[in-house]
Amino acid sequence: MKFSYFPGCTLKNKAKDLDIYARKCAEVLGVTLEEIENWQCCGGVFTTAKDEVATKLSSVRILKDAQKNNLDLVTVCSACHNVVKQTNYAMQNDAEFASKVNRYMAEDEYNGETKIYHYLELIRDVIGYDKVKECVVNPLAGKKIAAYYGCLLLRPNSVMRMDDPENPTIIEDLIKALGATPVVYSYRNECCGGYVRMESPELAVKKSNTVIESAKKAGAEVIVTACPLCKYNLEKSGCDIPVVYLTELLAEALGVKEDTNE
Amino acid sequence: MSNSKKYLREEIIRISGVNPKKCMRCGKCSATCPAYDEMEYHPHQFVYMVENGNIEPLLESESLYRCLTCFACVERCPRSVEPAKLVEAVRLAAVRKQGNNRMTANDVPELIDDETPQQLIVSAFRKYTK
Ligand code: SF4
Ligand code: SF4
Repeated sequence: MKFSYFPGCTLKNKAKDLDIYARKCAEVLGVTLEEIENWQCCGGVFTTAKDEVATKLSSVRILKDAQKNNLDLVTVCSACHNVVKQTNYAMQNDAEFASKVNRYMAEDEYNGETKIYHYLELIRDVIGYDKVKECVVNPLAGKKIAAYYGCLLLRPNSVMRMDDPENPTIIEDLIKALGATPVVYSYRNECCGGYVRMESPELAVKKSNTVIESAKKAGAEVIVTACPLCKYNLEKSGCDIPVVYLTELLAEALGVKEDTNE
Repeated sequence: MSNSKKYLREEIIRISGVNPKKCMRCGKCSATCPAYDEMEYHPHQFVYMVENGNIEPLLESESLYRCLTCFACVERCPRSVEPAKLVEAVRLAAVRKQGNNRMTANDVPELIDDETPQQLIVSAFRKYTK
């Protein structure tokens, strides 16, 4: 099975483990991720204003490339996924916006035809948890893991449609498939502070600490995320339990984790 | 309402795609907002102030830069008003004014460290700069 793949700029740089293990684990699970050529940064956040066109062109080009390759698109980073998926939704549902965008496109029109999977959805909907269980060589038995969804994977649900936005299970189900024990806590779908870290670090620290405390109180030994900014914010707020990418966890269980510290 | 107020109101409604008239003033958006304590004007106030054309105070407010774009208010509003989209539209109206960029490339080195993900820098630029 082959998919077009958009890693995004952070995954080529500060979040290499999120990218490298996504590919390695996909191979183990029988899926090839073919990187889109010459992609550009999605911009990190989706601007909801309808008259913002130029900032969304890079996402449309990624979607269009996948269409040209006749493949569905896979993303891993929560932020890239949110931006690309919201852009695709706007291309499908806002004709005025789509026509403005299409004036920038050299060849054929694009109107939101590409199907997008987040890596978690790829596992749930295409690969299946049973296949994952079969491939686990190093079960994470006994480990208490807290899934941290944050905002970007789930909201707005009218567009993201990944899971129940208030009571998601997609990460917990994966944790179970890897042999570990998911820890459910109330702040798992609340914000870490996001980009305000840049201007108001104290606000980000406050928000992140609420999440960390909530996870620890529920007994978490590890927090797992798909978002480089969530990981950064939690770590910079003095989190004293490890915060890992979901692909690292997966790689550990599938026996393809090695030391990539560079 | 003066013409210029009316014009600004129409503009914010148009680019946000939000219809503030749908709001039933339940306050749920503000109750769930993780930036509530840091905001001078809260999400539900954005909604009725835009509806009344009282946008100038919002344009000047630091609240524009405290919203985390977490979409909690969007998800939990029982009337699908989507307050975050109004906050974003007003913020854009503010930073699009000449000389109103909140951040420049020169500010960045001071604000980052060795682990700062690229995602943070580009996101902040999308939010604070035009
Ligand atoms: S999107 Fe902004 S206004 Fe809405 S709940 Fe989140 S921080 Fe508050
Ligand atoms: S949650 Fe919705 S209906 Fe309630 S005050 Fe906020 S915008 Fe209005």
